[in-house]
Amino acid sequence: MASENERPQAKASILYNPTYRGYFFQVVLVAALVWLFWAAAKNATDNMNDANIRTGFGFFWEKAGFDINQHLIPYSADASTYFDAFIVGLLNTLLVAAVGIVLTTILGFTIGIARLSSNWIVARIAKIYVESIRNIPLLLQLLFWYNAVLKPLPNPRQSFHLGAGVVINNRGLFMPQPQFGAGSWLMGIALIVGVVGAIAFRRWARRQQAETGKQYPVGWTMLGLVIGLPLLAYFAAGMPVTFDIPKLQGFNFRGGLQVYPEFVALLLGLVIYTAAFIAEIVRAGILAVSRGQTEAAHALGLRSGTTLKLVVVPQAMRVIVPPLTSQYLNLTKNSSLAVYIGYPDLVQIFAGTVLNQTGQALEVILLTMLVYLVISLVTSAIMNVYNSRVMLVER
Amino acid sequence: MKRTILCLALGTAAAFAATTASAATLDTIKQKGMLTCGSNPGLAGFGIPDDKGNWTGLDVDLCRAIAAAVLNDPSKVKFLPLTAKDRFTALQSGEVDVLVRNSTWTMQRDTQLGITFTGVNYYDGQGFMVKKKLNVSSALELNGASVCTQQGTTTELNLADFFHANKMKYEVVAFQSADETIKAYDAGRCDAFTTDASGLYSERLKLKDPDENIVLPEIISKEPLGPAVRKGDDQWFSIVKWVGFAMVNAEELGVTKANVDEMLKSTNPEVKRLLGVDGNFGESIGLTKDWVVRIIKAVGNYGESFERNVGQGSPLKIKRGLNALWNKGGIQYAPPIR
Repeated sequence: MASENERPQAKASILYNPTYRGYFFQVVLVAALVWLFWAAAKNATDNMNDANIRTGFGFFWEKAGFDINQHLIPYSADASTYFDAFIVGLLNTLLVAAVGIVLTTILGFTIGIARLSSNWIVARIAKIYVESIRNIPLLLQLLFWYNAVLKPLPNPRQSFHLGAGVVINNRGLFMPQPQFGAGSWLMGIALIVGVVGAIAFRRWARRQQAETGKQYPVGWTMLGLVIGLPLLAYFAAGMPVTFDIPKLQGFNFRGGLQVYPEFVALLLGLVIYTAAFIAEIVRAGILAVSRGQTEAAHALGLRSGTTLKLVVVPQAMRVIVPPLTSQYLNLTKNSSLAVYIGYPDLVQIFAGTVLNQTGQALEVILLTMLVYLVISLVTSAIMNVYNSRVMLVER
Repeated sequence: MKRTILCLALGTAAAFAATTASAATLDTIKQKGMLTCGSNPGLAGFGIPDDKGNWTGLDVDLCRAIAAAVLNDPSKVKFLPLTAKDRFTALQSGEVDVLVRNSTWTMQRDTQLGITFTGVNYYDGQGFMVKKKLNVSSALELNGASVCTQQGTTTELNLADFFHANKMKYEVVAFQSADETIKAYDAGRCDAFTTDASGLYSERLKLKDPDENIVLPEIISKEPLGPAVRKGDDQWFSIVKWVGFAMVNAEELGVTKANVDEMLKSTNPEVKRLLGVDGNFGESIGLTKDWVVRIIKAVGNYGESFERNVGQGSPLKIKRGLNALWNKGGIQYAPPIR
């Protein structure tokens, strides 16, 4: 194609120019692929039209007509559309993934470090944990946790009252929900100021330490700023926050904040399972830092806590971060097993109920796969940014 | 996983096969020597495999009747267990030849999914089951209750309609399969369990303590359950439709599994036409004259199949009710064979 136009300009025959040849074949390949996908898509829509199967995404704006128990945005069967249901499912997936990633990181690092402990019992317990958890299929663990969460808990009329309005029964964990009244904006501003101030203070303290060697109580000051300022604002604004306390009405508790047993079971399963893998990654990372580094740090007079924080962990992170990203992606994707224990995630709501009520399998499944792809790519991108910061800088 | 495979199959089939729907289903089945029937994974009375892997049930009998009519052998059926949310995709993609899986006939399903319902083999309605100790005697007392249900069903939609129409609050907990739903109800996750009334009686058998649970009197919806086929193959549609009608007509005319051979000598012109002694109705749908004889020999008439699977001959002991013949107080009515 292009080669024919450019032929007169070339001195040697362009047919034998490897660069142009390379371009030519790549263009042909891309064109063939585009044609293949286009033909497949067209054929599919034609066939589905012939078979009287509805196509397209018009269904998004139709009334959903079914209810979902856990919804982070306002949702009801008689007012919401399939698109709202999609968003509800997506947010539920993101919620369990985000909370899961935070908790599994903490648990995984703890277990990983425990495996290297010089205390025989601690190291053994960590080893047994890792070996048993990572060798049992996740689905079985989820079903186990769901039953383990549900079975021992009493029905709502015999709930355990944990004090301060917190109630637990087999319908979930009920907590008082803060209601922000007039003047609460002051607390919001105080919180933002506190966080910004804390970060600024830490940078300033670091620079001071680097220049003068003087150390400041960074942790306590930051905590004071982040918690103290909003607390001050709370009293200054005349205590605008009230609590909606759950009460037993008829069959169930009403009001307050409800954490569903399905969510807890899914979270437990995912966190415990993924932590076993993260523990191994952390152990590998720490073992990859040569013993000489620790000894050198000790020789300089650093205590072992400081050694771990300033010498070992920063070097171990280079090894830990890339496989850690994979584990985060795994956790997010594994959350789709929620469908087996009735947690309303994206797969259950959208690729389950919506698919069945509309019958538009191709559109729904394509979109679901696309959503998981985007979530995974975003997670990877964030972790890659972090990775480039902890990477070994070669000089 | 299974659903992804199904959808990929649908995608590939839709994308690369020139015309999936118009290939004659009857010829394909004869060529394979096997009828593939989409079935419930385990609903006592409708479709459930026993410990030896033999399928039984009202829906299963209809599949066997079709196999008897088409392949002259009621055992040549492959049952493919499908969850509620996978069933229509499996039919659309050609995974199954016919879907007989206690599916409710609705306008949306009949017009937008590329499938057609052929009739009603069980008139049902949605009900609720609760624990006796809750002291609830009506579904209208369920305000604030947690309700367990299976997702991807008309049940899920009726439930929302019922509670909203009566201005009651509730919490829905939806599961993928009927088994998970009933287990969660049994574990106390929900106050009430809802599905079609026939399903309530059948699922109750799976509970730890069936007698501690009662079915509430309200029926909140119409659920005509029936078989469905893909659109675009009129011959196959007729076969499935008329196999169902033949079983109902046989009951009306008193033709049973036991007396079918004697009935061949009957002088009643309707019986003669039904059994192919007179006329040639079987060949008009691509079968042989004696198609009904084979059906009745294999599974009996509609009434026999009903009593054996869900009625007095079964643990469910469901009364005929709406499903009695039209001349016996019910609404089961088949067009005449003539």
